[in-house]
Amino acid sequence: MSTIPSDLKYASSHEWVRNEGNGVVTVGITEHAQGLLGDMVFVDLPDVGDEFAAGDDCAVAESVKAASDIYAPVAGEVVAVNEELEDSPENVNSDPYGDGWLFKLKLEDASELDDLLDDGGYADSIDED
Amino acid sequence: MSNRTVLFDKHVEAGAKMVDFHGWEMPINYGSQIEEHHAVRQDAGMFDVSHMTIVDIKGADAKVFLQKLVTNDVAKLQVAGKALYTGMLNEEGGVIDDLIIYHFDETFYRMVVNSATRVKDLEWINKQAATFNVTVTEQPDYAMIAVQGPNSKEKVATIISAEQQALVEGMKPFFGVQAGDLFIATTGYTGETGYEIILPPEQAADFWQQLIDAGVQPAGLGARDTLRLEAGMNLYGLDMDESVSPLAANMAWTISWEPAERNFIGRDALVKLKEQGSDKLVGLVMEQKGVLRSGLKVITDAGEGVITSGTFSPTLGFSVAMARVPKGAELGSTVQVEMRKKLVDVKVVKAGFVRNGKSVL
Repeated sequence: MSTIPSDLKYASSHEWVRNEGNGVVTVGITEHAQGLLGDMVFVDLPDVGDEFAAGDDCAVAESVKAASDIYAPVAGEVVAVNEELEDSPENVNSDPYGDGWLFKLKLEDASELDDLLDDGGYADSIDED
Repeated sequence: MSNRTVLFDKHVEAGAKMVDFHGWEMPINYGSQIEEHHAVRQDAGMFDVSHMTIVDIKGADAKVFLQKLVTNDVAKLQVAGKALYTGMLNEEGGVIDDLIIYHFDETFYRMVVNSATRVKDLEWINKQAATFNVTVTEQPDYAMIAVQGPNSKEKVATIISAEQQALVEGMKPFFGVQAGDLFIATTGYTGETGYEIILPPEQAADFWQQLIDAGVQPAGLGARDTLRLEAGMNLYGLDMDESVSPLAANMAWTISWEPAERNFIGRDALVKLKEQGSDKLVGLVMEQKGVLRSGLKVITDAGEGVITSGTFSPTLGFSVAMARVPKGAELGSTVQVEMRKKLVDVKVVKAGFVRNGKSVL
């Protein structure tokens, strides 16, 4: 069973969201998702300043197995991307909730966070996969 | 109902992620496919290949039967233990399977064929054997372990007997020898030195554990695929199948045209295909970000082609692929691949990117 931290929110498309306060959230992919994808070889991140609606594809995680779209879990503007992943995409595998974070979004509408799953809801959603 | 090899428990014990592979529960990786890949390129790794199908051909007609059955000529096998890579074709010249044949003597050969094609291979071989004085015997019980990498042979040497070591010491590539209970062959599917070892099933788990204790890294099907692709070796079902001739699959070198009177199955069709001019299988290299994948369209000045298998190359740090392209697409040229709705430039090279741990680009 993979780790699903209780202090994060989740999208059913396997992104996690950490509320950093100040209207900014950090986004990554879950431990379950990195396990499905296998060893990461490239992560194609958005540019700072890009704006996305919730559900837009905004990044690509390319593993030995497949290229997978990553979706914006909430609407917002990209305010930071994890440039370390350029040289160390394996951080997404080894530390998906830490060094493997992908990007930070400035929230357009903080209430969208309420639409996301909590840890239990996400655990249920991957049971159904 | 899925099959398990005798090493199933050892895989689970080593933390393998098991997947279905054509009806077999096999390890895809033991944690990190890339680390397993590097272990084979830099040190020593091992694969459970017990799912592969061993077929023994015995009898007075064994040699002439195989001269009919496959494209390469077993008459080349003069020395006991010498092995041969070949295609087995249908009448239309399409590849039913690719396989290795070991020669013991002119009345006894051993074939190792793909497990994914086991049923149709056995049907075909038995059908063709009907008019020959041979017996076709599958050996489903044996285990098979491939130990590969620059340090693989010295690690194996620490766990086999002095008598066994004496038999394999200095053995050239593509040879096999029965050494006590072990059949040890200098074959493989990685582009590295190493052995493929066939052994009795009841000894397999202990032998596997001894290899682990000798510092050999278990490696899964994931690493096996990236290693063979870097080495430019075909995978049946992706790089060729029954609709593809060996001419279009980089296997022309496995066709023995001489002697002209040797009428192997598919020969007439191949002669026609050769006259018409056939597509070819080449390598593609993409040094920018992204991974070439099978099925992607390749656009060349000579027409369109398709990627048959592609991957990220852990050794090179960028993506490589094999692609079937029109004959006119030239080595060294730049062609385009359609990826995620964009056209990306890639370079055409000979299929084969890494050998003995080093880039051959």
